[in-house]
Amino acid sequence: MEQPLTRHIKKDGSWLTLKEYEAVGGYQGLKKALTLTPAEVTKTVTDAGLKGRGGAGFPTGSKWSTVPMGPDAPAIKYFIANADEMEPGSFKDRLLLEGNPHQLIEGLLIGAWAIQARFSFIFLRWAYHQAAKAIAECIREAYEAGYLGAHIAGSDFHLDLSLHTSVGRYICGEETALLNALEGKRANPRSKPPYPTVHGLFGKPTIVNNVETLCNVPLILTGGADWFIKLSKTGEGGTKLYGASGRVKKPGLWELPLGTALREILEEHAGGMKDGYRFKGVLPGGGSTDFLTDEHLDTPMDYKSVSAAGSRLGTGTLIVLDDKTCPVGMVRNLEQFFARESCGWCTPCREGLPWTTKLLDSLEKGTGKMEDLDILTFQTHYMAPGNTFCALAPGAMEPLQSALKLFKADFDRHIHEHKCPWNNHG
Amino acid sequence: MANILIDNVSYSVDGSKNVLATSLSLGLNLPYFCWHPALHSVGACRQCAILKYKNAEDKKGKIVMACLEPITDQLRISIEAPEARQFRAGNIEALMTNHPHDCPVCDEGGECHLQDMTVMTGHNCRRYEFKKRTHGNQYLGPFVNHEMNRCIQCYRCVRFYKDYAGGKDLDVFSSHDEVYFGRQEEGALESEFSGNLVEVCPTGVFTDKTLKKHFTRKWDLTDAPSICHQCGVGCNIIASERYGSIRRILTRYNGDVNGYFLCDRGRFGYEYVNSPGRISAPARKQNASSWILSAEEAIADIKKILGASNKKRGIGSPRASLESNFLLRRLVGPDHFYAGIPRAEGKLLRRIVALLKNGKVKTPSLGEVKDYDAVFIIGEDVTNTAPMLALNLRQTARKGPVELVKAMHIPEWNDAAVKDIVQGTTGPFYIATPHTTALDEIATRTYRAHPDDIARIAYTVAQHIQTPLPVADAHPTENPSSSAEAGRTASPRSDIETMTKSIADALLTAKKPLIVSGTSLYSQPILDCAAGIASALKDKGKDPGLVFIVPEANSIGLAMLSDQFLEDAFEKAGPDDTEEEPAEPDEATLIILENDLYERTYKTQADLFLSRHKNIVVLDSLENPTTRQATHLLPAATFTEADGTIINNEGRAQRFYQVYIPDNGVRSSWKWLQGLLADQSPIATRHFDGILECLVLEFPELAAIATLAPAAGFREGTQKIPREPHRYSGRTAMHANVNVNEPQPSGDADSALSFTMEGYAGIPPPALTPFYWSPGWNSVQAINKYQIEVGGPLHGGNPGKRLFEPVAAQLSVIPSAESSPAASPQAIPPSFTPVPGQWLVLPLYHIFGSDPLSAQSPAIKERMPQPYIALNDTNAAGAGILEGHFVEVLLNGQKQRLPVKLNAGLPPGTAGLPKGLPATTGLPFPFSITINSALHD
Repeated sequence: MEQPLTRHIKKDGSWLTLKEYEAVGGYQGLKKALTLTPAEVTKTVTDAGLKGRGGAGFPTGSKWSTVPMGPDAPAIKYFIANADEMEPGSFKDRLLLEGNPHQLIEGLLIGAWAIQARFSFIFLRWAYHQAAKAIAECIREAYEAGYLGAHIAGSDFHLDLSLHTSVGRYICGEETALLNALEGKRANPRSKPPYPTVHGLFGKPTIVNNVETLCNVPLILTGGADWFIKLSKTGEGGTKLYGASGRVKKPGLWELPLGTALREILEEHAGGMKDGYRFKGVLPGGGSTDFLTDEHLDTPMDYKSVSAAGSRLGTGTLIVLDDKTCPVGMVRNLEQFFARESCGWCTPCREGLPWTTKLLDSLEKGTGKMEDLDILTFQTHYMAPGNTFCALAPGAMEPLQSALKLFKADFDRHIHEHKCPWNNHG
Repeated sequence: MANILIDNVSYSVDGSKNVLATSLSLGLNLPYFCWHPALHSVGACRQCAILKYKNAEDKKGKIVMACLEPITDQLRISIEAPEARQFRAGNIEALMTNHPHDCPVCDEGGECHLQDMTVMTGHNCRRYEFKKRTHGNQYLGPFVNHEMNRCIQCYRCVRFYKDYAGGKDLDVFSSHDEVYFGRQEEGALESEFSGNLVEVCPTGVFTDKTLKKHFTRKWDLTDAPSICHQCGVGCNIIASERYGSIRRILTRYNGDVNGYFLCDRGRFGYEYVNSPGRISAPARKQNASSWILSAEEAIADIKKILGASNKKRGIGSPRASLESNFLLRRLVGPDHFYAGIPRAEGKLLRRIVALLKNGKVKTPSLGEVKDYDAVFIIGEDVTNTAPMLALNLRQTARKGPVELVKAMHIPEWNDAAVKDIVQGTTGPFYIATPHTTALDEIATRTYRAHPDDIARIAYTVAQHIQTPLPVADAHPTENPSSSAEAGRTASPRSDIETMTKSIADALLTAKKPLIVSGTSLYSQPILDCAAGIASALKDKGKDPGLVFIVPEANSIGLAMLSDQFLEDAFEKAGPDDTEEEPAEPDEATLIILENDLYERTYKTQADLFLSRHKNIVVLDSLENPTTRQATHLLPAATFTEADGTIINNEGRAQRFYQVYIPDNGVRSSWKWLQGLLADQSPIATRHFDGILECLVLEFPELAAIATLAPAAGFREGTQKIPREPHRYSGRTAMHANVNVNEPQPSGDADSALSFTMEGYAGIPPPALTPFYWSPGWNSVQAINKYQIEVGGPLHGGNPGKRLFEPVAAQLSVIPSAESSPAASPQAIPPSFTPVPGQWLVLPLYHIFGSDPLSAQSPAIKERMPQPYIALNDTNAAGAGILEGHFVEVLLNGQKQRLPVKLNAGLPPGTAGLPKGLPATTGLPFPFSITINSALHD
């Protein structure tokens, strides 16, 4: 099984230096890209079928191809790596950021070449201190080696790259809120259209791509689109970093072919449930995805199949719910997070999420009423996609709406027993 | 145009708007919060949700926000679909989770947009059972009260305050359901437009603090359509009264003038009307004694004096109405009527009138200013001399960039998208003033110089635009001594050449360049050169605009009535020689209309002039140094107790109406003067419309003023227009302590308005609209129902009439080398050369303070500057004077000790004094002073 993304990452926790990265073929993708036209690079990425690994799964090549090109295009364009990994349960980008920042830098360079960007940023989650150190050092090395700055690798291509460490808000991971944050404004999402690819950072064409997405780009350039597509099990292209947390025997992170079945990840790689715990459900792609249960265990974990099962691939990091954990408590915990992370711009998210949290809280305290379930159901409709300004609140509703359906009996018990039947948390 | 289906009803509509604005224009009720017709769409509140169908087959539809949805042909939407209604009610329910149920004690109650929208959505049962979030409130100064718990986070306040008005000190803090709208720390809101928060806020977070002092519900107010008298712009306002005092001022929408907004001087400067210092009864004064007279006694008394006088002189006023000035002129005769302003100002105003009348460049209305795409301000600190013009110029500055965005097929109403693209860039915007101004921050380039050099710069720009050059060399010359002293401010000639060229190029590149100038530096060459630039642009095929700023509410009207000014009156009264005072004052009777001579001229001059009249009749509203010298004092109405007409800087005649009948001796000046005319003239018995008739007969160019509003005989059906809403309460009880009988409402023979709640209940003619109300729409946003389309003209047209339109042939505007009479351009002055040891003092204008009447309002007083002197910093340093030092200067015959403010903007050799403060009143700017050194104590 090929693990092109992670195979060079060292086990000792140190990152690959420039020399080490070059020794394993680093920056060959960039050199290859510089021999191609920007349009050819974009076509290669499009052909490889690479989809955004940040959660939305938008085809990367298509995104790049909407950037204005040619002599009439703005002289200044931006290329940004979204390293603000804050999705509950997600820790996949962290591995790439701490283990091999040069791979990300190379991906950024190739992307920047493809859209002819002049400036680039890595927008990093505040809490990733180790990654910040690694990235800063790798940027320094790349400048020294001529991979950044003017006349990159002897070409007429110029790119400056800066590391921006964020202040720790989930909403900064939303690409337009990220742009506002980077401009020094409130991290509220922006109205779309215009899309950032045409009017992004400081009003200029901008691409924002997830870290894992970008780390795939050098591989596509060196290995080719056909090779990349064949990496996956179901034809969506590439490998995927899958993770698992919860009461499994071996919580962790694995690079596996895209489309690996949920059961295989859970049972083979995560080692199955811990002794004494039974599987009850799973959030397949981080905190803002719908629960899947037993019946979905054979779902291939790719974009199309997980959607068909009623959830989303999201970040591909599983949060496993066991039978000894209260599902209402778990959802309450998530909603509390989302309510806190709302930017406060649109009404449903700002007002609806705290209300949702308070209702779940009261269920947990044993003071819930049957009518509360109607209100919760109403909230899931009220904060449905399209009703809110961005995807935060609809995402927050995904675990809730699925829990209300799948674990209805557990909700009811909280009301009838006037307490949390698990009662193992406060 | 586009054909659309709303709830299966077909409409043909303007395709350039969004669905919300279109629906509201169609008269449909669709609730909203964050959208505002002047601030446009951002999609934050999610209140205007509707269902949108893909096509005729789509029966399910999808929820979209109407404010962000463009109108497209064959668009199918539903406002009334159950899903949409349920969403909107749910959204209100969500907003209400944190909104306190304090309507009965809330200042907004009864005129609250949130109340109206809540009722509209049908949400009425509260399911939320948890605690509400609470916030601390802030002290925001004397104008605006803050009650953050009521906030529904629509973001309108910051969008108006920061984005629209350029304010810096109001912002949104924190996030999620704790977002907080306020200042970083407590303190007075700094923006000159902070009062608009009161109307922009859809609920009771920001409310009028001056109203709070004597709070009255909207439905209990008696209102009248009025015109702001606090500067020369003439914003339309609604003035409201209860129990004999004015309670507040609101914006009266007029798309041609101030639109939805007002400045803080206009909104809060009304309080002087309620001053305990108001003159409330006629009085005769002799030496130190004074007798209160009845109106009849006073009129008889004064008529007797007038009969015995061999000479009568009348001093008019730029703050009095055309009607009052006209009747004074009638009373004393045209030869003895003097516009009550110094000649220096009067000549400029006459010149402006001449340019308005005979110029070929359009003077746009205040509203139209926003449509221009390049600006050159010459010699005006607009934020302080015509605040609302400054607010609109901020929008003009965005015009160019926004046009670019529109070219990308992003509609202008999509404010969020436009802002993300425009990113704060501004179009060509140039400012030439003697000192820094608030608009500098949006300027492409600023130029600081003495008024003479500003005129020269403007002249050079005109030359660059107009070829061939009419005069060979009029560039400001370098001043070696000043540039040695202050190289920073003196620009080398080549710099000036580059700058003037770039200004000329920018104005020529624009489609609609706008030139803004005015009287504040008392320089006719500045006016002429501004007109010269505009007319040169017109010759080059541009569509330029030319705006002149004038000092007072009726400056233009007064200048049209007389070409004699104060100095002419002084000269007629006797030789200007204090040594040889005549032993006896002559038998002349002087009648002064709403004017304090001590504001207009030196104290010694005013003293001398007054001493030469045996009888001095003064009509005024507040005590001042002139009223103290009156032999006969008549209590004059302010704008709130009188009907009248004034002409603004655009040459727009506008009518204001009496709000209430005072229960004391106060009458409008024209009524007093009419009384004094009795037996002499048929005019004496005429009502307001009759006076207009006589006025127009004598001044045919003012003919339009007779048609500004329906005449007093106008009726809707058989009914007058009530000044009070139909819910007005307490009429039978409010005077019960005096008389238990319900008094008969007072009649109003002068207008079609009545002082009652009974009368026509629909939408009256726009000039007669006393308040906005429509079923279900109790807040100021009921204005939607009075407009043909939201944000557009009122049903019946925006009120007011322009007296002047551009003409094809025009008088000469480009100044020549020879000096000439006031009606034609003056010579270009030589470049200013500082005189060693002397400071040339220029006027510094303050929105709060430079207008003496509003300056007597308690709230405004809190925001006025203390007297100070501003000095060019390099010159001051040379004299050993530092910021905060005190210096002694001789002003108006008095030694004054003033703190120093250093101002890097002031040109070398110049100083600045705030205009119109008590300490600086009557100073004839510009003038020279000497300062020895800093005082040490």
